[in-house]
Amino acid sequence: MQFESLQEFIQMGGHGPYVFSVFIMSVLVLVGNVLRPLYQKKRFYLEQSGRRQRDQL
Amino acid sequence: MWKWIHKFGSPRPFFEISERCLPWLGGLALLTLTVGSIWSLLFVPGDYQQGDAMRIMYMHVPASILAQSSYMMMATAAAVFLIWRIKLADVAVQAIAPIGASITFLALASGSIWGKPMWGTWWVWDARLTSTLVLFFLFVGIMALRSAMENRNSAGRATAILAVVGVINLPIIKFSVEWWNTLHQPASFTLTEKPAMPVEMWLPLLVMVIGFYLFFFTALLMRMQTQILSREYRSDWVARLIEKNGIEKNGIEKSIKGKGEQNNAV
Repeated sequence: MQFESLQEFIQMGGHGPYVFSVFIMSVLVLVGNVLRPLYQKKRFYLEQSGRRQRDQL
Repeated sequence: MWKWIHKFGSPRPFFEISERCLPWLGGLALLTLTVGSIWSLLFVPGDYQQGDAMRIMYMHVPASILAQSSYMMMATAAAVFLIWRIKLADVAVQAIAPIGASITFLALASGSIWGKPMWGTWWVWDARLTSTLVLFFLFVGIMALRSAMENRNSAGRATAILAVVGVINLPIIKFSVEWWNTLHQPASFTLTEKPAMPVEMWLPLLVMVIGFYLFFFTALLMRMQTQILSREYRSDWVARLIEKNGIEKNGIEKSIKGKGEQNNAV
């Protein structure tokens, strides 16, 4: 462990805002890239099955 | 060999095999990236010159490497589509473009945030940064070109040609730090040479690079799957999947019944 306290970890010698904004942004970009196709796949199944059920009626 | 390519190269086997691979690939990506992030944030010693700002490297460098190699993969898929007309290659081109664009954006933005405390500026118009910005515009251009064209075949061919022509940008990015004077340092982490930093610094970087690649293939397979579904929605095997994964009649009946019971209870 490189840091003595949580305070020190968050500040990172004054570079904290830079470091954490990069890490948070990276997580958002990576997670977004996985969630979007997941959502699209789910929506495809729901829309198509809805359409098929309407066609059957 | 050809038989194998033919089998794996057609949509249905590809979809089924990737369905089986995805949980493992995704889990491994999550594990590697989590370990790498904790390692690089908490346990890597700070740089004697840059202090803790150096930790930005553990996101910036993998993103930059992946940005370039994902373009290379997209261009390869584009060439395969142009030469052999394999549809799955076109699906891959379409799937890589948005992932590549977002990763290139990440490389640019993280570099910019790193530049502020180290160089004293968010941005300089030097060769490395400008050519990476061009890479971002290439990815976005390929997405825009496809969405602008109605016909799928001609859209596929046009984007594939643009992707192949854009490869010229990759050596420019790579050698920009050697050909021109720039604030950006030359690569300190390559496949062929000994890294210019101690092992406790480059080992977590290697973990992050592997994690980014695992993430890339996870996202790629997922996007290709949704592309395949929407392209093949008329075929029987997709119909069966829709039946299995869509609104189930049982599910609706259950929820109606459930609500009725709730009302009775009130």
